[in-house]
Amino acid sequence: MTTPVADDPRIIEFDVRTDEMLVNMGPQHPSTHGVLRLVLRTDGEIVSQVEPHIGYLHRCAEKIGENLTARQWIPYTDRMDYLAAMNMNLGWALAVEKLMKHEVSEKARHLRVLISELGRIASHLVGMGAYGLDLGTFSPFLYAFREREKLLDLFEEACGARLTYSYITVGGLTADLPPGWLERCEAFLDQFEPIIQEYHSLLTTNAIFVKRTAGIGVLSREMAIDYGCSGPVLRGSGVDQDLRRDGESIYTAMYDGYAFEVAVQKNGRYPRDHAYPAVPADAVLGDCWHRFFVRMLEVVQSMDLVRQAIDRYSACKGPLGEPLKLAEKIPVGDAYLETECPKGQMGFYLVGDGSPIPWRVRARSSSFSNLSVLHELCHGCLIADVPAIVGSLDIVMGEIDR
Amino acid sequence: MRGPGFLEKLEEAVPGAIVGKNLEAIDPWIEVSAERLVDVCRWLKQSADSRFDSLECITAIDWCEPDPKKAAKVSWQPHTELVYHLWSTASRVSLVLKVNLPRWKNDVPGQLPEAPSVTGVWRTADWHEREVFDLSGIHFSGHPDLRRILCPEDWEGYPLRKDYEMPLDYHGIRGR
Repeated sequence: MTTPVADDPRIIEFDVRTDEMLVNMGPQHPSTHGVLRLVLRTDGEIVSQVEPHIGYLHRCAEKIGENLTARQWIPYTDRMDYLAAMNMNLGWALAVEKLMKHEVSEKARHLRVLISELGRIASHLVGMGAYGLDLGTFSPFLYAFREREKLLDLFEEACGARLTYSYITVGGLTADLPPGWLERCEAFLDQFEPIIQEYHSLLTTNAIFVKRTAGIGVLSREMAIDYGCSGPVLRGSGVDQDLRRDGESIYTAMYDGYAFEVAVQKNGRYPRDHAYPAVPADAVLGDCWHRFFVRMLEVVQSMDLVRQAIDRYSACKGPLGEPLKLAEKIPVGDAYLETECPKGQMGFYLVGDGSPIPWRVRARSSSFSNLSVLHELCHGCLIADVPAIVGSLDIVMGEIDR
Repeated sequence: MRGPGFLEKLEEAVPGAIVGKNLEAIDPWIEVSAERLVDVCRWLKQSADSRFDSLECITAIDWCEPDPKKAAKVSWQPHTELVYHLWSTASRVSLVLKVNLPRWKNDVPGQLPEAPSVTGVWRTADWHEREVFDLSGIHFSGHPDLRRILCPEDWEGYPLRKDYEMPLDYHGIRGR
């Protein structure tokens, strides 16, 4: 009698049935990105069911928003996705401006693009570094944080804060850039550009990394849309959607005249793929590797946009314009606006009743929807793959729990 | 939002579903009756005219009993409003659906108002409806697993209702 030989070691695992076990992971597990608790139902090494328990960081930000004026709520948006606070500020500011039908000056518009694209780079750097940590490699984290540190220095110079900026605000920005800032920003970009290749050799093409991510946690295009996934998670599944190009006019007008290509695989090719490593043979569209790669491409894309924004911003003469008053009255009506944040499409909804304090405030979190698909991705995977899949969704608990 | 012909097709496919509309608003919306909500959603998702394949957000707004001092200025009757934001990834347009519910079922305080669940149409609705149930206290009939999501399981009350009062004590933790 011959012993059956399986190509995939998991096939043997499937044959050996053991007692079903409930394994608790988190809420203080280092690879759950904050305080996420997962209850895994396992059979040996195979995960048959995952149940996320969230809410450990719930602060009822929406209720707080119903007791503050629109501009006073800006610092609370900082604390949602605290790794991309600039983009959160922008989302809320634009939603309020949409309801008020307010337009910012051209200079402020370009400065907003500049600063929010830098925020995107900072967020993706953390996403990349922390993903390395999840998979058991420590050095990419240090490389990523070394560069992010320089970005935070730039942010600190511009607005005084390193993490919770409240820089972009309703009706404009709190201050103009200090003298010499643009040169320092350009110096950072010049120094950062060649380093991307270093990251690719550290992770993207690393054989162990590819083995851990390629073909793992495959999210189909239909499922991604059905679960309301957005951002790199959606684009990693091959859906060509980026609100900077496809969103509402108040948001896309910000990017009028900017040249950029959405980072998504079309006909088996990524934009400008000759400059970056080829897709590994094991990778399937929609797996962890693709989600990661889309983020890496977006770092380069954002650098391009920052350079374009620097040119346009410096060409603008005249003042930046003052933001709206702290207690500016909000008209009767409602407005919903989604913006393309680094983690996905962040939506803000507000209902005004004529007073400066909105009647209802709602934050639609991208990570919330992205996380809700987790149980589908983890069905049938190995326990060791769970951190790889959670990490590839690049969630931030502050934004999920609000 | 689609053109006027779109609304007529919807009216034809699901008769009597549309009970109000405002196409001049910043985000044009249509109001549908709670009973026909699932039929409308299914048509919106599947019909070749619309293809709203993505549900972005569900929000509940509590239009509460106004303060007697301000009652004269207020233009609404007490009710709860559900707002659904839909998005079509194919044609990149959005649509807003609104559903009006009483604040309490049969106006008995403590009895949660009921809305049909749309989890069968979009899977996003699963967690979003749980959140609305948790924070605004709306019961979604037909939801497969309706329980609190952000607050602890034994939490009392619905924090996003306007008349909610923070508990003084929760397992020995001072609330106020």
